[in-house]
Amino acid sequence: MAEQLIRLTDVGKNYRKGREAVRVLDGINLGIDKGDFVGLMGPSGSGKTTLLNLLGGLDKPSQGTIEVDGKVVSALSQGALAKWRSGNIGFVFQFYNLLPVLSAARNVALPLLLTSLPASRRKQHVNTALRLVGLAERASHYPRELSGGQEQRVAIARAIVSDPPILLCDEPTGDLDRSTADEIMALLQQLNRDYGKTIVMVTHDPRAASYAHRVLHLDKGELGAAQQ
Amino acid sequence: MNRFTLIWRNMWRKPVRTLFTMLAVLVVFFLFTLLEGLRLAFSLSDLGAEAQERLLTSHKVSLIMMLPEAYQSRIARLPGVDAVSHSTWFGGRYQDHPEFAQYPVVAEEYLSLNAEIDLSEEYRQAWLANRGGAVVGRPVANQYGWQVGDRVPLKSSIWTRANGSNVWEFDIEGIFDDSGGGMNSGVLLFHYDYFEEARAWGKGTVGWYVTRGDGSIPLEGLMAGIDAEFANSPAETKTNTEAAFAQEYARQFGNIGFIVTLILAAVVFMIMLVTGHTMAQSVRERIHEIGVLKTLGFTSGSIFRLTVLEGLLLVLPVGLLAMLLGWGMLNVVTERMGAMLPGGLKIGTYSVVLGLSLMLAITLGSVLPPVIRALRLDIVALLRSS
Ligand SMILES: Nc1ncnc2c1ncn2[C@@H]1O[C@H](COP(=O)(O)OP(=O)(O)O)[C@@H](O)[C@H]1O
Ligand SMILES: [Mg+2]
Repeated sequence: MAEQLIRLTDVGKNYRKGREAVRVLDGINLGIDKGDFVGLMGPSGSGKTTLLNLLGGLDKPSQGTIEVDGKVVSALSQGALAKWRSGNIGFVFQFYNLLPVLSAARNVALPLLLTSLPASRRKQHVNTALRLVGLAERASHYPRELSGGQEQRVAIARAIVSDPPILLCDEPTGDLDRSTADEIMALLQQLNRDYGKTIVMVTHDPRAASYAHRVLHLDKGELGAAQQ
Repeated sequence: MNRFTLIWRNMWRKPVRTLFTMLAVLVVFFLFTLLEGLRLAFSLSDLGAEAQERLLTSHKVSLIMMLPEAYQSRIARLPGVDAVSHSTWFGGRYQDHPEFAQYPVVAEEYLSLNAEIDLSEEYRQAWLANRGGAVVGRPVANQYGWQVGDRVPLKSSIWTRANGSNVWEFDIEGIFDDSGGGMNSGVLLFHYDYFEEARAWGKGTVGWYVTRGDGSIPLEGLMAGIDAEFANSPAETKTNTEAAFAQEYARQFGNIGFIVTLILAAVVFMIMLVTGHTMAQSVRERIHEIGVLKTLGFTSGSIFRLTVLEGLLLVLPVGLLAMLLGWGMLNVVTERMGAMLPGGLKIGTYSVVLGLSLMLAITLGSVLPPVIRALRLDIVALLRSS
């Protein structure tokens, strides 16, 4: 039996909208094994991004606990959470979120500034990550000089450069055409299969979801298995 | 790639804007430095102790009216007087340059009263030995390119010679520095005997007396004593400290200086506001990116430091360069106009500290509010902002 990496117990999340609290997630119980590739689908506004943010320690649940690799991350302080994120989570966003003022290589190198690796080692890691996503020859290009698919590859290289065990992807193909989306999905699949990354991916696209081992459905803040 | 790269690249986010900001900082602190130079020149704050203690006695009606030469011995006899000497406004100009200060004086008396005049013994001897000789402050010599041994013609707007000419020639026998507040540094001194003998009118009269007390009675008492001595005579006197006269004289220019200061200060302030606004704008533009950095694990503290350092990097080097340029400019002006600005234009430690404080104020005042506001938002809100 596979080892459980992520464990959500009775997780809920409220947002304050003026005076009233809006319940975005309610009673989420979820276990994700190491090496799993989970698709997360659901209508717009159903709380998918919120759930992903909680998993990644960008936000804290209003109730319940989140454990990752035996550690209760929902109890960590902001500072400890920042450190934990940099070592454990790689984020991939729909709109890439690269810094426009940095070249591809420097964008990829960004997370390594938080490590104590010497410059030469950092450079090695950056090269490896860029090669893995097939963009080694674009290292010195700026985001504005890259296509959407290439930008997303750089973002994926940035997400894996410090070798975190978990990748969280929020609609990674949402802004891409079909064939580019397929390439990105193949890349994520490779990272899952060959490099053992545990992936949770939000998507609207059934085609993208088909790459996942299993698909969860989120509706009005509650989780159910996908009706397949 | 290191943190400096990140700061540097962020700073050049919009190169034109960065250059514009740097240019504005350059202009602000260049003007600021000139302003400080002007302000200090007009404030006469460093007149020196001697000028506070020497008394100047002029005609009661006006500084330009003459006093009898005979007053000298009467002042010298008054109780509390240590030494007394006299000078007269000569009103000469060199070629087409503006008028500057020249005094016919009794050399030994004048030099002993004005100990801040730093004239070498060699020059002093040479001057004493030459009836037509003169000594001159270094700023004047520098401006007109005079050297010891030169013979220079000065055209007086007041004094004609017995032969009808108003051009007087002097041999430059020495150049001196003024170790005091600069009151004497812009003058040319020549022999009273030579002047007295050659002038066509006014013989036996002088412009004003300079007196030093021996400390036995307070200055106030000494001033009153001198003026009492000549009360009810045809030429009544008014005595005050040399510093007070200088201040009064400077006040007419001081008003101009004040207006110039106000105008420049307004300009500096306006450019500072615009610069600050631009810098604040540049931080506000990257709210979303701050969210990305925090997602990657950068702490609020490190983002704060990166942003503040970027602001300082933008302002401090250019600001300091501008002050250096301004200082150079002040030196050039002083060099060119030594005779008119005997005290010179300079800035002090206070000006440098004030300049640096202004630079810090602009940087922190424009960068801190937006960055603090951004760092108070949680990551989710930062990422959701566009
Ligand atoms: N920071 C926030 N403050 C207030 N409301 C929020 C915030 N984040 C999300 N929401 C609300 O929570 C709900 C779920 O948002 P989200 O998780 O982004 O949904 P999804 O990703 O499934 O489209 C939405 O109604 C959204 O308006
Ligand atoms: Mg979403």
